[in-house]
Amino acid sequence: MSYKVSEEGNVSTVFLNGEIDMDVTEKAKEVILPLVEAGKEVHLNLKDVSYMDSSGISVLIESHQKALEKNTKVVVKEVSKSVLKVIMMAKLEQILNLE
Amino acid sequence: MNLSEAKDFVVSTASLKEVRDFCREIFDKINLPQEQKDELVLAIAEAAQNIVKHGYKGVEETTDRMEIKISLKDNDLEIGFFDKGKAVVPENVKHRKLDDIKPGGLGTFFIKQIMDNAVFKKDQNGWVNHLVLTKKI
Repeated sequence: MSYKVSEEGNVSTVFLNGEIDMDVTEKAKEVILPLVEAGKEVHLNLKDVSYMDSSGISVLIESHQKALEKNTKVVVKEVSKSVLKVIMMAKLEQILNLE
Repeated sequence: MNLSEAKDFVVSTASLKEVRDFCREIFDKINLPQEQKDELVLAIAEAAQNIVKHGYKGVEETTDRMEIKISLKDNDLEIGFFDKGKAVVPENVKHRKLDDIKPGGLGTFFIKQIMDNAVFKKDQNGWVNHLVLTKKI
Protein backbone atom coordinates (compact mmCIF):
# COMPACT_ATOMS: atom_id res chain seq x y z
CA MET A 1 0.00 0.00 0.00
CA SER A 2 1.16 3.50 -0.72
CA TYR A 3 -0.52 6.82 -0.02
CA LYS A 4 -0.40 10.54 -0.51
CA VAL A 5 -2.07 13.30 1.44
CA SER A 6 -3.26 16.66 0.18
CA GLU A 7 -4.58 19.50 2.33
CA GLU A 8 -7.06 22.19 1.45
CA GLY A 9 -8.40 24.32 4.28
CA ASN A 10 -9.72 21.98 6.94
CA VAL A 11 -10.03 19.06 4.54
CA SER A 12 -7.29 16.47 4.29
CA THR A 13 -7.57 14.03 1.40
CA VAL A 14 -5.78 10.73 1.77
CA PHE A 15 -5.27 8.86 -1.49
CA LEU A 16 -4.66 5.20 -0.73
CA ASN A 17 -3.22 2.91 -3.34
CA GLY A 18 -2.87 -0.86 -3.60
CA GLU A 19 -4.24 -3.63 -1.40
CA ILE A 20 -5.32 -3.04 2.18
CA ASP A 21 -4.97 -6.05 4.45
CA MET A 22 -3.86 -6.78 8.01
CA ASP A 23 -0.25 -6.26 7.03
CA VAL A 24 -0.77 -2.57 6.26
CA THR A 25 -3.61 -1.51 8.54
CA GLU A 26 -1.29 -0.05 11.19
CA LYS A 27 0.35 2.08 8.52
CA ALA A 28 -3.05 3.21 7.23
CA LYS A 29 -4.17 4.12 10.75
CA GLU A 30 -0.93 6.04 11.36
CA VAL A 31 -1.76 8.19 8.34
CA ILE A 32 -5.49 8.68 8.90
CA LEU A 33 -6.10 8.84 12.66
CA PRO A 34 -3.78 11.79 13.49
CA LEU A 35 -5.61 13.87 10.89
CA VAL A 36 -8.95 12.96 12.49
CA GLU A 37 -7.53 13.60 15.97
CA ALA A 38 -6.50 17.06 14.76
CA GLY A 39 -10.15 17.75 13.92
CA LYS A 40 -9.67 17.67 10.16
CA GLU A 41 -12.41 16.53 7.83
CA VAL A 42 -10.77 13.57 6.18
CA HIS A 43 -11.59 12.37 2.68
CA LEU A 44 -10.37 8.87 1.95
CA ASN A 45 -10.00 8.39 -1.78
CA LEU A 46 -10.13 4.66 -2.54
CA LYS A 47 -10.07 4.91 -6.34
CA ASP A 48 -6.80 3.01 -6.52
CA VAL A 49 -7.50 0.47 -3.78
CA SER A 50 -8.00 -2.81 -5.59
CA TYR A 51 -8.56 -5.03 -2.55
CA MET A 52 -9.71 -4.55 1.02
CA ASP A 53 -10.36 -7.22 3.63
CA SER A 54 -11.98 -7.11 7.07
CA SER A 55 -8.88 -5.39 8.51
CA GLY A 56 -9.27 -2.54 6.03
CA ILE A 57 -12.97 -2.31 6.88
CA SER A 58 -11.95 -2.01 10.54
CA VAL A 59 -9.78 0.99 9.65
CA LEU A 60 -12.78 2.65 7.97
CA ILE A 61 -14.97 1.98 11.03
CA GLU A 62 -12.35 3.18 13.51
CA SER A 63 -11.72 6.35 11.50
CA HIS A 64 -15.44 7.04 11.19
CA GLN A 65 -16.04 6.53 14.91
CA LYS A 66 -13.04 8.64 15.90
CA ALA A 67 -14.32 11.42 13.65
CA LEU A 68 -17.71 11.35 15.37
CA GLU A 69 -15.94 11.73 18.72
CA LYS A 70 -14.04 14.72 17.38
CA ASN A 71 -17.14 16.32 15.81
CA THR A 72 -15.77 16.00 12.34
CA LYS A 73 -16.26 13.44 9.59
CA VAL A 74 -14.52 10.94 7.37
CA VAL A 75 -15.84 10.78 3.81
CA VAL A 76 -15.03 7.68 1.76
CA LYS A 77 -14.75 8.65 -1.89
CA GLU A 78 -14.47 7.00 -5.31
CA VAL A 79 -14.71 3.49 -3.93
CA SER A 80 -13.75 0.82 -6.46
CA LYS A 81 -16.36 -1.79 -7.31
CA SER A 82 -14.55 -4.61 -5.52
CA VAL A 83 -14.11 -2.60 -2.31
CA LEU A 84 -17.73 -1.42 -2.41
CA LYS A 85 -18.79 -5.06 -2.54
CA VAL A 86 -16.92 -5.72 0.73
CA ILE A 87 -18.37 -2.60 2.38
CA MET A 88 -21.85 -3.74 1.36
CA MET A 89 -21.21 -7.27 2.59
CA ALA A 90 -20.44 -5.72 5.99
CA LYS A 91 -23.68 -3.71 5.64
CA LEU A 92 -21.80 -0.46 6.22
CA GLU A 93 -22.95 1.49 3.18
CA GLN A 94 -25.52 3.34 5.31
CA ILE A 95 -23.10 3.88 8.20
CA LEU A 96 -20.00 5.23 6.45
CA ASN A 97 -20.15 8.51 4.54
CA LEU A 98 -19.76 7.22 0.98
CA GLU A 99 -19.49 9.60 -1.96
CA MET B 1 -12.20 -29.16 -14.58
CA ASN B 2 -10.51 -30.96 -11.67
CA LEU B 3 -7.45 -29.68 -9.88
CA SER B 4 -5.63 -29.89 -6.58
CA GLU B 5 -2.84 -27.52 -5.57
CA ALA B 6 -1.23 -26.79 -2.22
CA LYS B 7 1.31 -24.30 -0.95
CA ASP B 8 2.73 -23.46 2.44
CA PHE B 9 3.39 -20.00 3.81
CA VAL B 10 5.17 -18.56 6.81
CA VAL B 11 2.56 -17.64 9.43
CA SER B 12 2.83 -13.88 9.13
CA THR B 13 0.75 -10.92 8.00
CA ALA B 14 3.43 -10.41 5.35
CA SER B 15 2.34 -13.73 3.76
CA LEU B 16 -1.24 -12.65 3.15
CA LYS B 17 -0.43 -11.04 -0.21
CA GLU B 18 1.33 -14.24 -1.21
CA VAL B 19 -1.75 -16.24 -0.20
CA ARG B 20 -3.96 -14.06 -2.39
CA ASP B 21 -1.58 -14.36 -5.33
CA PHE B 22 -1.57 -18.16 -4.97
CA CYS B 23 -5.39 -18.21 -5.01
CA ARG B 24 -5.69 -15.80 -7.92
CA GLU B 25 -3.31 -17.87 -9.98
CA ILE B 26 -5.44 -20.97 -9.40
CA PHE B 27 -8.79 -19.26 -9.94
CA ASP B 28 -7.51 -17.81 -13.20
CA LYS B 29 -7.49 -21.39 -14.50
CA ILE B 30 -11.17 -21.82 -13.64
CA ASN B 31 -13.95 -20.33 -15.68
CA LEU B 32 -15.71 -18.22 -13.08
CA PRO B 33 -17.03 -14.64 -13.05
CA GLN B 34 -14.39 -12.21 -11.74
CA GLU B 35 -16.72 -11.15 -8.93
CA GLN B 36 -16.93 -14.73 -7.64
CA LYS B 37 -13.15 -15.16 -7.90
CA ASP B 38 -12.70 -11.98 -5.84
CA GLU B 39 -15.09 -13.29 -3.19
CA LEU B 40 -13.30 -16.63 -2.96
CA VAL B 41 -9.93 -14.90 -2.63
CA LEU B 42 -11.38 -12.76 0.17
CA ALA B 43 -12.75 -15.79 2.03
CA ILE B 44 -9.44 -17.65 1.79
CA ALA B 45 -7.42 -14.61 2.82
CA GLU B 46 -9.72 -14.07 5.81
CA ALA B 47 -9.24 -17.67 6.94
CA ALA B 48 -5.46 -17.30 6.58
CA GLN B 49 -5.62 -14.04 8.49
CA ASN B 50 -7.52 -15.78 11.29
CA ILE B 51 -4.63 -18.24 11.65
CA VAL B 52 -2.14 -15.37 11.97
CA LYS B 53 -4.36 -13.22 14.17
CA HIS B 54 -5.95 -15.81 16.48
CA GLY B 55 -3.95 -19.02 16.13
CA TYR B 56 -0.72 -17.17 16.82
CA LYS B 57 -2.11 -14.44 19.07
CA GLY B 58 0.67 -13.03 21.25
CA VAL B 59 3.39 -14.58 19.10
CA GLU B 60 5.65 -11.82 17.78
CA GLU B 61 7.39 -13.84 15.11
CA THR B 62 7.40 -17.49 14.12
CA THR B 63 9.02 -19.77 11.58
CA ASP B 64 5.91 -21.99 11.62
CA ARG B 65 4.23 -22.48 8.31
CA MET B 66 0.58 -22.92 7.35
CA GLU B 67 -0.57 -24.89 4.35
CA ILE B 68 -3.44 -24.08 2.04
CA LYS B 69 -4.80 -26.70 -0.31
CA ILE B 70 -7.29 -25.83 -3.03
CA SER B 71 -9.13 -28.69 -4.71
CA LEU B 72 -11.80 -28.66 -7.35
CA LYS B 73 -13.64 -31.79 -8.33
CA ASP B 74 -16.45 -31.32 -10.82
CA ASN B 75 -18.13 -28.23 -9.34
CA ASP B 76 -17.15 -28.82 -5.73
CA LEU B 77 -14.51 -26.45 -4.47
CA GLU B 78 -12.73 -27.42 -1.25
CA ILE B 79 -10.11 -25.34 0.50
CA GLY B 80 -8.12 -26.84 3.35
CA PHE B 81 -6.13 -24.82 5.89
CA PHE B 82 -3.56 -26.55 8.08
CA ASP B 83 -1.74 -24.84 10.92
CA LYS B 84 0.14 -25.52 14.15
CA GLY B 85 -1.20 -22.59 16.14
CA LYS B 86 -3.41 -22.70 19.21
CA ALA B 87 -6.09 -25.38 18.96
CA VAL B 88 -9.34 -23.88 17.78
CA VAL B 89 -12.51 -24.58 19.73
CA PRO B 90 -15.04 -24.50 16.89
CA GLU B 91 -17.90 -23.47 19.20
CA ASN B 92 -15.94 -20.32 20.08
CA VAL B 93 -15.56 -19.18 16.47
CA LYS B 94 -18.17 -16.47 16.17
CA HIS B 95 -18.47 -13.21 14.30
CA ARG B 96 -19.73 -10.03 15.89
CA LYS B 97 -23.31 -8.90 15.40
CA LEU B 98 -23.47 -6.71 12.32
CA ASP B 99 -25.45 -3.97 14.06
CA ASP B 100 -22.81 -3.73 16.78
CA ILE B 101 -20.63 -1.44 14.70
CA LYS B 102 -17.03 -1.65 15.84
CA PRO B 103 -13.68 -2.56 14.34
CA GLY B 104 -12.96 -6.29 14.06
CA GLY B 105 -15.00 -9.48 14.04
CA LEU B 106 -15.97 -9.45 10.38
CA GLY B 107 -13.53 -11.97 8.87
CA THR B 108 -15.52 -15.01 9.98
CA PHE B 109 -18.73 -13.31 8.86
CA PHE B 110 -17.29 -12.81 5.37
CA ILE B 111 -16.22 -16.46 5.21
CA LYS B 112 -19.72 -17.60 6.16
CA GLN B 113 -21.32 -15.25 3.66
CA ILE B 114 -19.14 -16.42 0.78
CA MET B 115 -18.69 -20.14 1.40
CA ASP B 116 -21.33 -22.86 1.70
CA ASN B 117 -19.68 -24.53 4.67
CA ALA B 118 -16.79 -24.13 7.12
CA VAL B 119 -15.82 -27.10 9.29
CA PHE B 120 -12.87 -27.92 11.53
CA LYS B 121 -11.88 -31.53 10.84
CA LYS B 122 -10.33 -33.99 13.24
CA ASP B 123 -7.90 -35.52 10.71
CA GLN B 124 -5.12 -33.04 11.47
CA ASN B 125 -2.37 -35.40 10.31
CA GLY B 126 0.39 -33.80 12.37
CA TRP B 127 -1.14 -30.33 12.27
CA VAL B 128 -3.04 -28.73 15.14
CA ASN B 129 -5.96 -27.34 13.15
CA HIS B 130 -7.53 -28.36 9.86
CA LEU B 131 -10.24 -26.04 8.59
CA VAL B 132 -12.16 -26.99 5.46
CA LEU B 133 -14.16 -24.47 3.47
CA THR B 134 -16.43 -25.76 0.72
CA LYS B 135 -18.52 -24.23 -2.00
CA LYS B 136 -20.43 -25.48 -4.99
CA ILE B 137 -19.35 -23.36 -7.95
